[in-house]
Amino acid sequence: MNASDLDCDAVIVGSGPSGAAVADVLTAAGWSVIILEKGRNHLLELEAPFGPIGHYSNDELKFVQRHFLGPDPVTEPRTFRRAESDGDHLMVGHVNALPTTVGGGGVHADSKLPRFREEDFHLRSALGPIDGADVVDWPVTYEDLEPYYAECERSAGVAGEETNPFAAWRSGPFPMPPGPDMYGAVLSMGAAEKVGLHPYRAPTGVNSVPYDGRPACVNCGFCGGYGCPIEAKGDPVALLRRVLRSGKGEIRPESHVVEITVDRSGRYATGVRYLDRDRNEQEVRATHVVLAAGAFETPRLLLRQGLANSSDQVGRNLMYHFQTFTVGGFPFPLHGMRGRSVTGAHDDHIVGDDAQRRAAADAGLPWIRGGLVEHGGGGQPIREALVYGPGAHHIDAMRDSNLRERLWAFTMQGEDLAQASNRIDLDPKIKDAWGFPAGRVTYLPHPHELVMSEHAGPILERVLREAGAEWTITSTSPPQGGDADLSPLGIAPASYHIMGTCRMGDDAATSVVDSSSRTWDIENLLIADSSVFATSAGYNPTLTIMALASRAAHLLTDTPLPATTPH
Amino acid sequence: MTSPIWLTQGEHETLRAVMDRLIPGAGAAGAADYVDLLLGAFSFDPPRIFAGGPFSGRHGGEAGFERWLDLGPVEEIAWRIRIEGTKDVPERSFNGPVVGWQDRYRAVLATLGADLASQPAEEQDRRIAELDEDDRTMIFEHACEAHYGDPVYGGNVDGAGWKAIGFDGDVLPRGWTDAEVSEP
Ligand SMILES: Cc1cc2nc3c(=O)[nH]c(=O)nc-3n(C[C@H](O)[C@H](O)[C@H](O)COP(=O)(O)OP(=O)(O)OC[C@H]3O[C@@H](n4cnc5c(N)ncnc54)[C@H](O)[C@@H]3O)c2cc1C
Ligand code: SF4
Repeated sequence: MNASDLDCDAVIVGSGPSGAAVADVLTAAGWSVIILEKGRNHLLELEAPFGPIGHYSNDELKFVQRHFLGPDPVTEPRTFRRAESDGDHLMVGHVNALPTTVGGGGVHADSKLPRFREEDFHLRSALGPIDGADVVDWPVTYEDLEPYYAECERSAGVAGEETNPFAAWRSGPFPMPPGPDMYGAVLSMGAAEKVGLHPYRAPTGVNSVPYDGRPACVNCGFCGGYGCPIEAKGDPVALLRRVLRSGKGEIRPESHVVEITVDRSGRYATGVRYLDRDRNEQEVRATHVVLAAGAFETPRLLLRQGLANSSDQVGRNLMYHFQTFTVGGFPFPLHGMRGRSVTGAHDDHIVGDDAQRRAAADAGLPWIRGGLVEHGGGGQPIREALVYGPGAHHIDAMRDSNLRERLWAFTMQGEDLAQASNRIDLDPKIKDAWGFPAGRVTYLPHPHELVMSEHAGPILERVLREAGAEWTITSTSPPQGGDADLSPLGIAPASYHIMGTCRMGDDAATSVVDSSSRTWDIENLLIADSSVFATSAGYNPTLTIMALASRAAHLLTDTPLPATTPH
Repeated sequence: MTSPIWLTQGEHETLRAVMDRLIPGAGAAGAADYVDLLLGAFSFDPPRIFAGGPFSGRHGGEAGFERWLDLGPVEEIAWRIRIEGTKDVPERSFNGPVVGWQDRYRAVLATLGADLASQPAEEQDRRIAELDEDDRTMIFEHACEAHYGDPVYGGNVDGAGWKAIGFDGDVLPRGWTDAEVSEP
């Protein structure tokens, strides 16, 4: 192809944290970039000075009930089944639906942005295999990634403190000090410490002080699930604004990519085709194509075309975080509606102790690993009201507010082991509004996740009782046991952490991308989202997604960041 | 009282009585108006689906909720399917036929009877209990949305639903101070 036929150096599919991180680095290196985003733009003006649009608001109806940020399950359904024996699917609708909007899931995440630990990148070498799972080492190490972690913490703006004894080493301090603890977290962190755990203030991509031209958070409480009306969350608006200001980057909303175009050899991508707002087909030709459509849509796009899949690993090894929810009811109000949804955390169940090792051995497993436990609360009244049901008791239940005012919750983001049979593929019957087959999840947890969850639940309940809870209860997502089909969170995993569906590795036969995030089959096709994760680790994924995406872009432009050392 | 947008006057009265049985006070606080505005959302331009932002104006800042946002083409398909149903329109029928809320409410309200509002509470409850479960679920979900959603959508008049449960609603741009967050 002649250079004059090209529209840009790189076309990026998706404008979430991963696409934004890639675009930020590429444009800073002087590359021209076009970002195609399926969803609508409510994030920032696309003309200078690229200010906020003002569409975000503290409006539960709009954001939670009416799918303002997309996807609407009517026009973009997904399907779920536990195993092939379930038939085509068990349910149709909302399955791990991260927003489809300019900014992707970054817009409405409440943005805990922890790093992974050193060990997470070489789990197979450190702990060894587990039967029935595919535990591997990553082809990159924590040392490789540290400079990019530090860069992404600065670009998104992360507030935190270095008090977590289990955290990996850092080359510098957090860009901002931590924000205020929610009252419930003051109680639960104090109780966790008494029980011998090591709580710390969760690193959060929310301004605790004015930062990068954006104001400090004012604790409005409509955080997880909502766009921030005052731009106190930086990920990814800060990065996308810089991309636009560079003059080298363009964002095209309502541009649904339907095909990656390849040359005759099949080994070289020439660009993408997309449907615009009016469903007219358009084309962008570029030297590089970067998929940043999220770990659900990236494999769906590749599977539709059968691309980059000589390893048969596209869509496989689907990992979530196996979530354990332990909630406690308090005899007094905790006003969990004030603050950033989650302000505290502890990592003890990732590292483990003798009791955890015994629990593994008793279950015949060589080891088990849990995940970061979020200390959080709150919730809005429409969702609460739906739980109490209709009738004369309704208003009293709402006034007592067991769920909104007097509840405190632990969510453990438990490590989920890769299994080839857990996968995303194409549903044979259900379609989206464009007529394309819906993505389908087939997923069953490994015993590792269940044993770990059963071990952690009683510990977490003990902490909540120590904090003052009158009652406690533990459940999981996906739900287990006899009442699984009745879970208010649904039968599918409710996690918004989706990983592994185009895994990274050293061997083209068993992985989809190499250590620099390029697909083995198509050299100028890169994958920037969490599809590339080799393991799930027990940490919220987004900072690691961004660090990997940033690293891939630095390597592509031959501008790698210098190696770092502990500060 | 102004006449309803999509419901008939009689349907509106029936629905208001139903709402008060599901959530005491919801009907009086406009829950039937909420459903009426939802069913008639497409008689406005832009359709009254997504309220604007960033602030309601109740806690400072310029009030923006009444500047309704336009729908994109795909959003319009989704909301027309929900409200009007697929009605054999090819672009709405990608997963087969769907009966919309308009038709379901019309049928449900007819089943409940035009005299429902004048019946004793026990009779009202008896008729509501006999409804199809899917329809009852639909109405209850709308009752919750109406009574605890922002007043701009037609229910929760003057924040009556929020006041009844001690909920502060939206608080931006004022927000909460650090002390209000961290202390009892
Ligand atoms: C309520 C909530 C809270 C969360 N909290 C946290 C948290 O505290 N910490 C954390 O680490 N993570 C959190 N997450 C997860 C986080 O949002 C994701 O990890 C992150 O958004 C992933 O970034 P991404 O860029 O890989 O993908 P996404 O953010 O999913 O972005 C992908 C983008 O690609 C677009 N796209 C898809 N297909 C196409 C196509 N064919 N053509 C064009 N565009 C396309 C999508 O519309 C989307 O905008 C949370 C998520 C939710 C929903
Ligand atoms: S809690 Fe803070 S960061 Fe979250 S939406 Fe409100 S103001 Fe924004």
